[in-house]
Amino acid sequence: MRTAKFETEPFTCPSCITKIENVVGKLDGVAETKVMFNSSKVKVTFDDTLVTADDIAKSITALGYPVLSHKVAA
Amino acid sequence: MTGRTKARIAAATGIMLIAALILHLLDLFPARDIVLFASAITAGIPTAIRAFQALRAKAFSIDLLVTIAVVGALIIGEYVEAAVVSFLFIFGAWLEARTLEKTRRSLRDLVDMAPQEAQVVRDGVTLTVDVDDVVVGDHLVVQSGGKIAVDGVIATGRGLINEATITGEPVPASKSVGDRVYSGTIVDNGFIGVTAEQVGDDTTFAQIIELVEEAQETKTKAQRFLDKFAQIYTPAIVVMAAAVLVFTRDIEFALTFLVIACPGALVISTPVSMVAGLGNGARHGVLVKGGDALERLSKVDTLVFDKTGTLTRGRPEVTEVHPVGMFDADTALALAARLELASEHPLGRTIVEQAVERRMDVTAHPTHVEVIKGGGIRGAVDGHQVAVGSRRVLAAMGVLLADSTDAHAVDRERLGNTAVFVVIDGVLAAVVSIADQIRPEAREAIAALRTAGIKQFYMLTGDNRHTAELVAAELGIDVAKAELLPQDKVRIVTELKAAGHKVAMVGDGINDAPAIATADIGLAMGAGTDVSIQTADVILMGNRFDQLVHAYSLAKATVRNMKQNTVIALGTVVLLLAGVLTHQVFMATGMLVHEISVLVVIVNAVRLVRYRDKRAAAATVPAAPLSADEGEALVDAQK
Repeated sequence: MRTAKFETEPFTCPSCITKIENVVGKLDGVAETKVMFNSSKVKVTFDDTLVTADDIAKSITALGYPVLSHKVAA
Repeated sequence: MTGRTKARIAAATGIMLIAALILHLLDLFPARDIVLFASAITAGIPTAIRAFQALRAKAFSIDLLVTIAVVGALIIGEYVEAAVVSFLFIFGAWLEARTLEKTRRSLRDLVDMAPQEAQVVRDGVTLTVDVDDVVVGDHLVVQSGGKIAVDGVIATGRGLINEATITGEPVPASKSVGDRVYSGTIVDNGFIGVTAEQVGDDTTFAQIIELVEEAQETKTKAQRFLDKFAQIYTPAIVVMAAAVLVFTRDIEFALTFLVIACPGALVISTPVSMVAGLGNGARHGVLVKGGDALERLSKVDTLVFDKTGTLTRGRPEVTEVHPVGMFDADTALALAARLELASEHPLGRTIVEQAVERRMDVTAHPTHVEVIKGGGIRGAVDGHQVAVGSRRVLAAMGVLLADSTDAHAVDRERLGNTAVFVVIDGVLAAVVSIADQIRPEAREAIAALRTAGIKQFYMLTGDNRHTAELVAAELGIDVAKAELLPQDKVRIVTELKAAGHKVAMVGDGINDAPAIATADIGLAMGAGTDVSIQTADVILMGNRFDQLVHAYSLAKATVRNMKQNTVIALGTVVLLLAGVLTHQVFMATGMLVHEISVLVVIVNAVRLVRYRDKRAAAATVPAAPLSADEGEALVDAQK
C-alpha cells in the first residue's frame, strides 16, 4: 500500500468532494480516498500492483480537476 | 475546466451579453436572441458537462440545478434569463476561486517556504541536489541567504538564522557548532555546515505543514451538519421544483426556484472563515488543530498555567552566593560545584553551570561521594570534606545554623529562591540562592487575556508555597496551587471542568501532558518535542506569550466571523425565498444575489487573514539587546 497526494486546481464547491471520492474510490486497487478541500489536494491510499499514481491522476483530471503535481510517499 | 478556461468563457459570454444589449437598443430582436442563445450555450455547456460527470458519480451538484434552469429557460424562450444566469454562474465560480485563494494564502505562503534543493558535500565535492534526494547523515553547506533543507546540527561555522517559519520569531538567532537548525529556516548571515538528522517529511517544517493541512480539513459540528444537508438538499430542491411546476403550472417560477435554491453561500460560509483563521495562526507561530479546537478555545473562561518552564524560564539560575564562614564566595561555589559534578539533581547542575560561567575549573571529579537522605550530597574535594544540601541535611549532619544565617535564608526564600547550604569540613560556609526567573512579558499577557475575556487564572506547580505565591502575585494570577504532583494537576483541572468552567491548560508539553490532555483545550508552549505536538490542541511554536494572546483573540475573531457568515448566508436564502414567493425576484436577479452573497461571505473571511490583535502586539517581547557575537555578525553583514 502506498499513499499519494495529488495537488489540483483550487476546489470551489464542496460537491467536488463527493464526485472525486466516488470515482477515484471505485478504481481497482484504491483503498482510501480523502479530498482535502481547503488545501486542494486528494490523498489516496492504493495498492501499486493494481493501479499507478498516473492512472489516478488521469481519472481526477478527467473529472474536470487538472492535477498539477503529485507526490508518492515511500 | 481550468481557471483560465473559466475566465475565457466568462469573458467571451460577457462580451456577447454586451453585444446583445446593443442589438436590443438597435431594435434588432432576432439578432439579439441569436447572440443570447449562443451565449447561454457557450457558458452552459461546460456547466452541463460537470453536472453530467457528477451525476455519473452519483453526486448531485449545483451545476445540475443551473443546467436544468438554463435548459428550461431556453425551451420557454426566456433567452435573456438563460444567458445571464449561465454567465453569472461561470463568472461567479471564477471570482470565487480567485477570492478563495486569498483565504488559503497563508498556508500557500508557508508551503512555498519549503526548501526545494540543497547543497550537499559528497566525496569532497559540493553538489546541488533535489531536497528529496538528501539522506540522513549528509553534510550540507548553507551560505548567507540560503535556506536550510534539513533538520540537523551545525557541524562547522556559525551564522544568524531566521527561524520565523518555525517559531514565528522575527529576530534571527545566533547559532554555532553543536546548535540545532531546522528545515525551512534561512541563514541571514554566515556560512554553516549542517549534518542532516531528519530529512524530507520527517522534518519539523514538513510536520507543521502536514498538521495545518490536516487541521483545515477537520470539521466543526455545524460544518458536518451542513455537508450532510447539502447532500440531500440538491436532489430535494429538484423534486420540490418539479412539485412547484405541477401545482402552479408556472415554468418560470419553478425555474427561478431552482436557481435561488443553490446552497452556495451556506455551504462555504463557515469553512472559509476557519481556513482563513487557521492560516493566520500558522503564520504567527500559532498552530491550531482544526476548527473544532478553535471553537473550544474561543469559549475558554479559565486559564490554567504550569509554572516552571511556562511562567518562568525553566532554567534555574544562581542569584546569590552568600559566604558565612572563612571561605569566600568563589571558593565555596567552586568546591560545591565540583562536588555537584557527581549529582543528577537539577539544582546541582545549576550550581555547576554557575561555576563554569564564572570560569572556574570544574573538571576534577570528587571522591567518596554519598547521597544524604533528605536532599543532599557529600564527598571529598581537593582535600576538603564538602556537603551540599537543604536545611534538613544540616540538621542530619549536626551542623550549626546561626540565627542570622537562617534569617538570611528565609529572606531569600520569601523572594522566590530555593536556599541551598554548603558545608566545608563540618562548618557552614555559604548559602546559595537559586531561583527560576519569571518571564516578565507574562504579566502583560495575562492582563491582555483578562481584557480579552478570560475570567480567572490558575497556576499549578510542584514548587514550594513561598515561591508559588510570589510568582502569582507578581503576574496577577488569581489562584496559585503549590507542591503538586502531576496527578494533582489533572485532578484540579477535572474539578474546574466539573464546576462548569471552560478550562484551557497551558504547559510546556512534557510533564504537563496529562493535564493538557484533560483540559477542554490544551496549549503547548514551544514545539520542542513530539509529545507536545501530539497532545496539545494548540501549539505556540515560539514559546511566546504574545502568541498566547493572539491565539485566544484570533479564536474569538474567527468564531465571530463564522457567525457573521452564517447570518449573511441564511439571510440571503430567506430574502430570496421571500422575493420569489412574492414574484419580485426572477432567475437572473436570483443568480446575481446568490453570487454576491457567496462573494460577501468570502471577502468577510479574507479579513481574518490580516487579523492581528492590538493587545497581542502590545505584549510582544521587546527585542533583547544583541549579544557580543550577534553584534559582531551584524557589523560583518554591513561590511
